[in-house]
Amino acid sequence: MGALAQTPFLSSSRKLLEGSLVGSMDAIILQILNGLDKGGAYALIALGLTLIFGTLGVVNFAHGALFMLGAFCSVTFARLLTISERVRDESVTFFEAYKEIPYLEVWYGDTGRAIVDWAVPLSILLAVPFMLLVGFAMERGLIRFFYKRSHAEQILVTFGLAIVLQEIVKYFFGANPIPLTAPPALAGSADVGALFGMPNVSYPMWRIVYFLFSLAVIAAVFAFLQLTTFGMVVRAGMADRETVGLLGINIGRKFTIVFGIAAVVAGLAGVMYTPILAPNYHLGMDFLVLSFVVVVVGGMGSLVGAVVAGFLLGILQSFASMTEVKDILPGIDQIIIYLVAVVVLLVRPRGLMGRKGVMES
Amino acid sequence: MPIETPAWSRRRLLQTSAALGAGLAIPHVFVRNAWSQDKVFCNNPTGGTVTLGFNVPQSGPYADEGADELRAFQLAVQHLNGEGDGGLVNTLKPSNLKGNGILGKKVAYVTGDTQTKSDAARASAKRMIESDKVLMISGGSSSGVAVAVQSLCQDMGVMFMAGLTHSNDTTGKDKRRYGFRHFFNAYMSGQALGPVLAEEYGTDRTAYHLTADYTWGWTQEESIKNATEALGWKTAQTVRTPLGAGDFSQYLTPVLNSGADVLILNHYGGDMVNSLRQAVTQFDMKSKQVNGKQFEIVVPLFSELMAQGAGDAVKGILGTANWDWKLDNEATKVLAKSFGEEYGSPPSQAAHTCYVQTLLYANAVETAGTFYPPEVIKALEGFEFDGMGNGPTLYRADDHQCFKDVLVVRGKENPTNQFDLMEIAKVVPRDQVTYDASIFGGELGPSDVKGCAA
Repeated sequence: MGALAQTPFLSSSRKLLEGSLVGSMDAIILQILNGLDKGGAYALIALGLTLIFGTLGVVNFAHGALFMLGAFCSVTFARLLTISERVRDESVTFFEAYKEIPYLEVWYGDTGRAIVDWAVPLSILLAVPFMLLVGFAMERGLIRFFYKRSHAEQILVTFGLAIVLQEIVKYFFGANPIPLTAPPALAGSADVGALFGMPNVSYPMWRIVYFLFSLAVIAAVFAFLQLTTFGMVVRAGMADRETVGLLGINIGRKFTIVFGIAAVVAGLAGVMYTPILAPNYHLGMDFLVLSFVVVVVGGMGSLVGAVVAGFLLGILQSFASMTEVKDILPGIDQIIIYLVAVVVLLVRPRGLMGRKGVMES
Repeated sequence: MPIETPAWSRRRLLQTSAALGAGLAIPHVFVRNAWSQDKVFCNNPTGGTVTLGFNVPQSGPYADEGADELRAFQLAVQHLNGEGDGGLVNTLKPSNLKGNGILGKKVAYVTGDTQTKSDAARASAKRMIESDKVLMISGGSSSGVAVAVQSLCQDMGVMFMAGLTHSNDTTGKDKRRYGFRHFFNAYMSGQALGPVLAEEYGTDRTAYHLTADYTWGWTQEESIKNATEALGWKTAQTVRTPLGAGDFSQYLTPVLNSGADVLILNHYGGDMVNSLRQAVTQFDMKSKQVNGKQFEIVVPLFSELMAQGAGDAVKGILGTANWDWKLDNEATKVLAKSFGEEYGSPPSQAAHTCYVQTLLYANAVETAGTFYPPEVIKALEGFEFDGMGNGPTLYRADDHQCFKDVLVVRGKENPTNQFDLMEIAKVVPRDQVTYDASIFGGELGPSDVKGCAA
């Protein structure tokens, strides 16, 4: 046997096999990483959707628009930081051309430039109060009138609201995607594979930051619900709204705050996603449908289910885009999420972690 | 006694014949080709204006190109009507343009949004033909759209002067008698770019293609694959990506581990901006070594507008272009100045194409002396001209494809200003990119169609 292994043919084919195994291991790790950042966005949006559904019983089709509004908080903040002075560009001789230099750069030099570079993470400062306000305004101004109406009517009104928000953004920012960049220190790729002895595995740094950020936000939401009195009341309200009300607690006000928090979570997901994908007015709709599938697969009303399903579907979508998979099933990358949803609903009609009685009345 | 006078004196006979002869000749002196005015055709203009339809993407992944195309159309209309500095109306040779509209009628225009979708583009073109009574449709920034609108124009009997469309099919298997293309095509890109790629990156390379999944992407992938494989390159994978995918990470992730050392992005517009930015700034591909060689990225169809969108990611990237505002010829300088003064930025290649197409249509009508499309088509078929920025140019009669020099361009490492993002690496002569019209098949179809006048 040992002698056989020594033969040149066998040893070379073993090397080839080892090589392709190492290669495919690398590919698998890369696609998992790829699924994690996308999954992070799905999970954050689905988490907000589930929170709203669990507390208020409202199916919020405007949640994707909140993700998009968050992204445009980044755009707005970056534009505020780059309000510029118009200077004649002498290097263009054909016609009178002007270039724009941000005032921050004119006044503070390198410090100003650094602030402009960090515009995306800094825009969280704008996004949190703005999204909270949007959440409160939406709930008080529109959604509360639809608590007692059917889910179909809730879907229609929130979908209409999403279109209105979309058109407002289109009016002010145009239809084209607006690219934003990650801070230079977090741009480029990181050799994450080196940590596990895989020198060929490197992955964009900002996408890793996004994944960690989404984990942190998810952890914060869960900690808020599990560890604070407010969270305890909200959870009690989710379980039995009537009894909590009978105990003299104004559960309605608490739920308004929950709606605000869900809006902030979606908004933050959007803010940090901008360096990955240049936002346009349609961004929300692109994510909304997928996020609803995530909620359904995870189980309506299950927060943990939403998070787990978010990451799971993100990773599955990445694997479906691998050439090896597409060679066998062409076009599978476009439909995998819906295919999984169909299978899950057939096998477990309440989703992976769905509770009995939710949306079954 | 009555005096007998002859019925016709010699003098009277001469006077009458002269008057009759002059009377018969008058319409032919003042109205050339007057016979064709009697022809019935779609949207024959009867008033003092002639309306053109500019169908451009105002949303979707090619919206930037669409916005610039629209600016160019507006400038062309100004120049045709004798406003502004006249632009290329003054440089076209041979020219019948007079700067007083088209055949003396003031040029007006309507616009539509193709949304970079074939069905939306067709609906928009149909509306312009039926409601706005346009005589010619131009624009478009996608071959899918161009092929769809061109076929509609053939059916309706309305001229189609294609805007930015680079698929071989537009003047290949899907060519139409009523459609003309000024832009070059994927085959020409392959022929022009191939030798430069061999020179710069060697002949022992393995390429990985990411391709926009529609007619243009397919033909460009095929053309570039054929051209590079003829040099000795190998092809590791060809992967199709949906148009407007946005996030290309799942398609970029496997590239570095595929054994390929060159990534060829068969993307354009917003897709190219996204995929190139993600490949260069997020996945850091340009700094990697694969197979002991520097990893390279090639974007076969390149534009100044995309370079603006992609920022630093374009530095050192090779591709081809139809035209560039930095070309050293009189017409290019005139257009760059005229466009720059009007809009504050030089024209993109999409803008140049649409501007030129509008002027060439107007010139063909003036040459034919009529708006009757079959005569206009005759004036454009085999038309050889200069003074439009590309040097000597031919509109080949066999397939309505335009032949001129092709530019190989490179993203500039150290731009001197905000518009100086690409440098011309090589001007490939027209002869090297000319091919036999029969290789892509297709039929032009008839010029005498009843169209919407039926």
